[in-house]
Amino acid sequence: MQVRVQTEDFDVGAEMRAIRQGNPKIGAVASFVGLVRDMSDHGRISEMLLEHYPGMTEKALENIVSQAQSRWDLIDALVIHRYGVLRPTDQIVLVMVASSHRGDAFSACEFIMDYLKTGAPFWKRESTDEGARWVAARESDDVAAERWKKDDAF
Amino acid sequence: MSPGLDCQREMITILYFASIKEKLGFAKEAIELPPGVSNVNDLTVLLRARGDVWAEALRDGPKLKVAVNHSMVTSNASIANGDEIAFFPPVTGG
Repeated sequence: MQVRVQTEDFDVGAEMRAIRQGNPKIGAVASFVGLVRDMSDHGRISEMLLEHYPGMTEKALENIVSQAQSRWDLIDALVIHRYGVLRPTDQIVLVMVASSHRGDAFSACEFIMDYLKTGAPFWKRESTDEGARWVAARESDDVAAERWKKDDAF
Repeated sequence: MSPGLDCQREMITILYFASIKEKLGFAKEAIELPPGVSNVNDLTVLLRARGDVWAEALRDGPKLKVAVNHSMVTSNASIANGDEIAFFPPVTGG
């Protein structure tokens, strides 16, 4: 299990190779990549600044991954989150989960992403034609995280 | 025990992030744990009394999040000497 918080870009193919070569019991790898999109109510986004809380960020991400591990049967998991200045089409985050079967991999990947959205201390500040502004949190993200708490079927 | 060491132990570190940091104009401070301050709410009330900018930046409600020693907490969480307390808006990563 690995968590990385970095300014550098990442290579999804290389990360997946590294994970699947590590263990022949892996039958499924699910991954999610979040990107900077040029979609704002305040004009075209020229760049996005991602700030984080060094020290807490790593701890929060590790905690989320270990919650996923205790809920599903995982063989490996990786979270990479970038910070600093990013531009539209840039990769922001990678969540990659390996398991024997797809069900656990799919669910854990979505769970990690939902919890990351509400629990990992990152903040986005977007620059548009109208100036720079901090992105507001979305209620739908809270709802997405909350539904895992009610869902004890796993 | 030397007075210097004693003094260091009486401090708490406070961090501010994102829009809150921007409103206040700075990111970090170390202060002596004031008498009577034993939880996050006590500290927040004290900081808000510093002026209008503080009252606005640290306004009570769902848009104010607090972490003590790297864990998100609610306002009744206790604080003690040596703790690191962080104030920030709801997170928007991913």
